[in-house]
Amino acid sequence: MGLLIPQASDTIQELSVEELRAKVGTGMEIVDAEEHMLLSMGPQHPSTHGVLRLLVELDGETVVNLAPDIGFLHTGIEKTMENKRYVKALVATDRMDYLTPMSNNLVYTMAVEKLLGVEVTPRAKTLRLILAELSRLASHLVWLGTSALDLAAMSVFLYCFREREYILDIFEMVSGQRMMVSYIRPGGLWRDVPEEFVPAVRKLLDFMPAKIADYEALLTHNPIFEMRTQGVGTISSEDAIAWGLTGPSLRASGVDWDLRRDQPYLDYASYDFKVPVETAGDVYARYLVRIQEMRECLRLIRQGLDRLKPGPVNIDDHKIVPPPRAELGQSMEAVIHHFKLWTEGFSAPEGFVYQAIESPRGEIGCYLRGNGTNKPARVHFRGPSFVNLASLPLMSKNRFIADVVAIIGSIDIVLGEIDR
Amino acid sequence: MGVEQKLGNLGVVTYRLEDVVNWGRTNAMWPILFGLACCAIEMMSTQAANYDLSRFGMELNRPSPRQSDLMIVAGRVSRKMAPVIRRLYDQMPYPKWVIAMGDCASCGGVFNNYAIVQGVDEIIPVDVYVSGCPPRPEALIDGIMTLHEKIRNDKLTDWA
Repeated sequence: MGLLIPQASDTIQELSVEELRAKVGTGMEIVDAEEHMLLSMGPQHPSTHGVLRLLVELDGETVVNLAPDIGFLHTGIEKTMENKRYVKALVATDRMDYLTPMSNNLVYTMAVEKLLGVEVTPRAKTLRLILAELSRLASHLVWLGTSALDLAAMSVFLYCFREREYILDIFEMVSGQRMMVSYIRPGGLWRDVPEEFVPAVRKLLDFMPAKIADYEALLTHNPIFEMRTQGVGTISSEDAIAWGLTGPSLRASGVDWDLRRDQPYLDYASYDFKVPVETAGDVYARYLVRIQEMRECLRLIRQGLDRLKPGPVNIDDHKIVPPPRAELGQSMEAVIHHFKLWTEGFSAPEGFVYQAIESPRGEIGCYLRGNGTNKPARVHFRGPSFVNLASLPLMSKNRFIADVVAIIGSIDIVLGEIDR
Repeated sequence: MGVEQKLGNLGVVTYRLEDVVNWGRTNAMWPILFGLACCAIEMMSTQAANYDLSRFGMELNRPSPRQSDLMIVAGRVSRKMAPVIRRLYDQMPYPKWVIAMGDCASCGGVFNNYAIVQGVDEIIPVDVYVSGCPPRPEALIDGIMTLHEKIRNDKLTDWA
């Protein structure tokens, strides 16, 4: 397949308004092409958090209009998953929202299990909850580091990544991979956690509160940070609901909605945790919500560890979960199961399911349609970053161009999941 | 540093110009600040406190291609992004090098489909390929060391 490569000698041409409209290609309405300046921000830009292109219409430094141009990371993940068997398609979910692979694994796996009508073991549920919350913590750490970096607070980035490395080490301990874990699988988990897991997580719980206090000491009452974030990118609760915001961005606008509490999955209903809500709806409020959420993560993980009882992590159905390696030498049936699973996989019945969970960015949903074969007929994800990005023009209107940088950081988008 | 004793009358060191230039190039490399996907997060980890890329004189990422001499292609290259990468590469001044970080940038990785360019070497020349999905920070550092090794053996006439 040939590629269209622009030459380096391309020159800037004089364009009429109509030609300009055709060329920008984002469908943005240009208010005044004669007087205002059109600025293309990205796809290579240090503060767009990936390959996002923004087309900005500027009156001086004030944003008149703004349109995101997405698709620079379009990977065809949903289509790829249709061509893979249910378990193999799991690896594509890791690479979608790469800051929180565990949440993606979880939502896809739960959708498959819903389609199959399978209930996982209590130990698997508790471990899934602990890992999802660890993943949320790691994701919020990246968000905090990078969005503070956008506001020129370099040291926060270094501290946040230092703590994130510890969480990645835990992921590596359980799954063998730092980021692309593929650990939560239909029927349970890839395998049980090693015995070092619980002490390592307990150690994290011990040192993490002091670290979160450190981040707060650097930012929460920092006058520069306050001036850059308070009253910036405000969105009202009505607008937030109308634009479909979810996650911390919604809760910062005063809407008390968290799927973990309001549509409980795993065992969240029986856990004791608060859903932090702020009312200001600006960048600062979104910061406060996420910082408080990090503390709630620690509470949830602690409760999860206390409840962790020994037991099987996989269901006892070798039509879905491969038999343990040790059985292969003794049981012919286990060999057949193993062979069938690795050559053919399991088949899911016809029908469709929708499963939504609360990812660090908001509601991530998986729509899955089975057609009786061993491959999904259709997989579709409702990505929180994609929906949250839609409200960026609303938040940035009549703000300075420098505020756009702060706002992009605050809605915490991941381009891998927007473009998929 | 032990160099102090060499001061005084022994303040002149004779060396091959080529080696001095190459030594300078390896130890003050400025990568372009530009990430694509998952690998970009590992690249950030490499630059952060634990792995500390500034040990190799590379802590300074330049957002402008005009000021950078190394492009780390960190992540999958989509067909929409490919012309942009080519443009960025063309805008970088000589001498310039490219590291294809991760399986997707090297060969398409797990995504053999309509959307992804099967290796960034289809559009720009690559010096070092780093495998992994994503590569650990150690692997990226190893790729950078390999590139340093390559540069140390460069001929000045190659870039003339």
